Amino acid sequence: MAFFFFAQISLHILGAIAGFLFEQHGEKANRSTHLLASLAGTAGVVFALYILLTGKSWVLEIAGSLPVGPLRLEADLFSAFFLFVISFLSLATSLFAIGYTREYQGKSNSPSKNSKVNWTSPNTNQFPQCGNWGNPDYHKEKENKSQDSPGNLLSKENGCQDKKNIALLGFFYNLFILAMLLVVTIRNAFYFLLFWELMSLASYFLVIFEHEKPETRSAGVLYLVMTHIGTVFISTAFWLLYIHTGSFSFDSFRAGAGFLSPVFKNIIFFSALLGFGTKAGIIPLHIWLPKAHPQAPSHVSALMSGVMIKTAIYAFLRFLLDFLGATPGWWGNLILAIAIVSTLLGILYALMEHDLKRLLAFSSIENIGIILLGVGMCLAFKTQGQTLYAAFALVAALFHILNHAVFKGLLFLGAGAVLSGTHTRNMEQLGGLIKKMPWTAAYFLIGAVAISALPPLNGFVSEWMTFVAILLGIETGSTGMHFFLPVLASLLGLAGALAATCFVKAFGISFLGMPRSKHATGAHEISGSMKLGMGILATSCLALALSAPWVVKILWKITNTFSNVNLPMESVVQKLFLISPSKASQFSPLLLAFILLGFIFGSAVLLRIFLGKQKVRIGPSWDCGMPRLEPRMQYSATGYSKPLRRIFSFLYQPTRHVELEDEGHELLRTAQRFETKITQPVDEWVYKPLANLISSLSQKAKHIQTGHIQLYLSYIFITLILLLLFWGGHSS
Amino acid sequence: MISIFFACAKVLFLMALAPLLSWFIKKMKAISQNRVGPSPVQVYTDLWKLFHKDMVISEAASWIFHAMPFVLFASVLSAASLTPVSGAVSLFGFTGDVIVFVYLLALGRFFLTLAALDTGTTFGGMGSSREMTLSSLAEPALLLSFFSLSFRTQSLSLDGIVSYFSWQSPIQILFFTSLAFGALLIVTIAESGRIPMDNPATHLELTMIHEAMILEYSGRYLALIEWSHQIKQIIFLTLLANLFFPWNFSGMSGFAAFGVGIGLYLLKIFFLAFVIGWIEIHSAKLRLFRAPDLLAVAFVLAVLSLLGQLIIGRGV
Repeated sequence: MAFFFFAQISLHILGAIAGFLFEQHGEKANRSTHLLASLAGTAGVVFALYILLTGKSWVLEIAGSLPVGPLRLEADLFSAFFLFVISFLSLATSLFAIGYTREYQGKSNSPSKNSKVNWTSPNTNQFPQCGNWGNPDYHKEKENKSQDSPGNLLSKENGCQDKKNIALLGFFYNLFILAMLLVVTIRNAFYFLLFWELMSLASYFLVIFEHEKPETRSAGVLYLVMTHIGTVFISTAFWLLYIHTGSFSFDSFRAGAGFLSPVFKNIIFFSALLGFGTKAGIIPLHIWLPKAHPQAPSHVSALMSGVMIKTAIYAFLRFLLDFLGATPGWWGNLILAIAIVSTLLGILYALMEHDLKRLLAFSSIENIGIILLGVGMCLAFKTQGQTLYAAFALVAALFHILNHAVFKGLLFLGAGAVLSGTHTRNMEQLGGLIKKMPWTAAYFLIGAVAISALPPLNGFVSEWMTFVAILLGIETGSTGMHFFLPVLASLLGLAGALAATCFVKAFGISFLGMPRSKHATGAHEISGSMKLGMGILATSCLALALSAPWVVKILWKITNTFSNVNLPMESVVQKLFLISPSKASQFSPLLLAFILLGFIFGSAVLLRIFLGKQKVRIGPSWDCGMPRLEPRMQYSATGYSKPLRRIFSFLYQPTRHVELEDEGHELLRTAQRFETKITQPVDEWVYKPLANLISSLSQKAKHIQTGHIQLYLSYIFITLILLLLFWGGHSS
Repeated sequence: MISIFFACAKVLFLMALAPLLSWFIKKMKAISQNRVGPSPVQVYTDLWKLFHKDMVISEAASWIFHAMPFVLFASVLSAASLTPVSGAVSLFGFTGDVIVFVYLLALGRFFLTLAALDTGTTFGGMGSSREMTLSSLAEPALLLSFFSLSFRTQSLSLDGIVSYFSWQSPIQILFFTSLAFGALLIVTIAESGRIPMDNPATHLELTMIHEAMILEYSGRYLALIEWSHQIKQIIFLTLLANLFFPWNFSGMSGFAAFGVGIGLYLLKIFFLAFVIGWIEIHSAKLRLFRAPDLLAVAFVLAVLSLLGQLIIGRGV
């Protein structure tokens, strides 16, 4: 079976270099690099499934002469689960990428057959088909300038001449996936940091792939800075373990960490929390995530949100469950607190977005929060010695990791499809896409239902398990927790309801109603490979829900790798039912889906039989007697979230700015501009003061920088003397 | 086998009774305003008429518009089949618990609000936005009052909670659950779109929520939506009745018990409908941005109820 893993690794390496063998901007480079990546994904799925189903873990050790110890790769059940998630999602995104990157090649692949139906204006789509798409405001500005011949102006201004280098994209893309695969299998801290850095850098280059745009570059810098701050903490955590055990290998960490002093343990815990929390995007360390994820090409955003932030959860769980042994109770509570804040704030900020990809990025923060709720409960139960409950909570978290990878991947690909079909991701300019892009709309709807945690799709199953895991806390623990945990669960319910609102807005404003701009009027459906990539994920959304009991059985085996006892599977799964270990409730996703579908088709068929076919007349929407309904009269994305912006105004601190222009008298109004903005408290209260502090400190430090080389030489000399004094004093 | 028959009969009974309950509230309001009001037959003939009418569908509508009435109807019926009507056994109660119940209703609402955006009218968007806002805020209160009940009953399934309470003495039940009752009553008013949260009789565009969403619907689809709405209302009243007035005569069996059970059940839900109607007569609709305050009251009541349960301790 190891063959498949080697095949996966070598296919990714091949895929990374394949693009350079052909014309680097051409279709062949695109096909070779992404097809090899999808083949690699397939091999990885086979390999991971084999380990998960048989339970046999796989080890590879390459002894070297390096002082850091041998390079040891191991795929136990826990690693294999992450291998599966990464491989499966990369399989789908690679297929999608084949069609998607065609847009970067600078040739128009769609003469837009659908331009017959026009709601707003007869002259349609002359959109640039090159690297400059995706800027929400780009076309808005340009449209105003160029009324008569938008096509020419656009192509000149955004530089369609220089096509993007597809081979380079494929190189970093394959490298990125490869690094993630190695991160979850490596068993040596030194190499782990190496691969972790490789993953961060590869994703950085993917984020700045469209580097012509200034906001992409600034997002890239922010990402680079934040991810390295995180790496500092991760290195600290590993370094402390190394000092204690004298080895970089994970096995020695596991063996030695049990004897750590509590203070040492707490420092390691906080370092790991801050380090991996930065990568996972927990609030308040999240600021890079909503900026960087949307800037990457969409199939990369899908991977970053779907799996890259989960590698941080993987490593964090390794620390908590594998290395650090027995954990104090307050760790779990701290994680729960962080988790619920991330969950609620993540979705509240997602609600205020009208950029489709930024909205999805914020919702990733929410889902990381939901995952951490499971992790926090797992730790809390572990401290209380409730291994059965702890395992259930861990399964809930793992299941949500899998589900989130699938539906968030699907939604990011959907946003990418919208971007490639309309060349904007600003929801205010979309609308009515369900007619022009029926496949994309159907897939996006499936993703939206799943992420809103609605039955009968997979998001609900893992959210149900998280609910039950939290409520299990009232079976054990203190009275205080008996009070807080149900309230926590109801707040998770609030987050779920807000997520539904958010995605009704995202889907409803973008895909339903009338087109709000030329972008939406001229939309075209995506190509076959993109449909295939999304189709795989959409099907899995349903399949994972219906097969939930079997999925949970596999995940249950994973939890056994952390606890030495074999926990009875019957207490959580029986036949078609998922069962709360406290016997408080049971739930069967399959039966529920049958009941729902039965009622839907039953009522439709019965109506047809008893009342016959209904006569339908098509008419215009009710316009209150106005001459004609204009698309501008529809509710906008900003308007849709207005009530919540007002209700949660203590959090958003919204500001509004109205500008009026008139011709001498206030009644002769010519133009009106309205601008509304919300503030991000974390930015305002944490990062801005920090940035101010740093810049004022460097202002002060400026005085010693005169530019005279003599002065710098004397600095070096003084430093040398001081060092000599210090070391000399030390040795004597 | 016979129990399955009874369980099916109960769901059908809910479907049949739902219009009558909304007639009852309409009649109460009419009497209070010195009007004669409709006859009980009227509500059924209204539905009948709508089912047989032709439909006018907006040219902007997509398949979401056509699918929504069926999804909404199915989600409400699934929720109804999780609800124990009289006695503590529901049709499909074994397939899910209170969380499933809440999220099933959310599924229907998801599609209802999507379809409202589908025709591209301002009213649709307005209703959709308001409905999602208010129901998001109602959901934690609904869940928490269920959780506070389940703390005592040690069961998350509706059947389990109801069967626990039907064996408790009345005083104890009242003491434990009156606060949760308040929370659930407010949520019921919000979910069934009644004054003071929403006005089912209004046709003034700025004040409506539910009516604004279904403005473009006609004929058979409208009938399905209206009916689902009535069924949803009766589900909530049934839950209120069974959770907070669970008393029944024991010691009877077979059809006698069934008959007495149904009789008592009718008495309870018409009493609750009277309470809803009474509130509707005696209060004005809240401004939209005051409605969250009422829902916050519901949440606080649920929190207090949970605290009460913690102080008293768990049942056995």
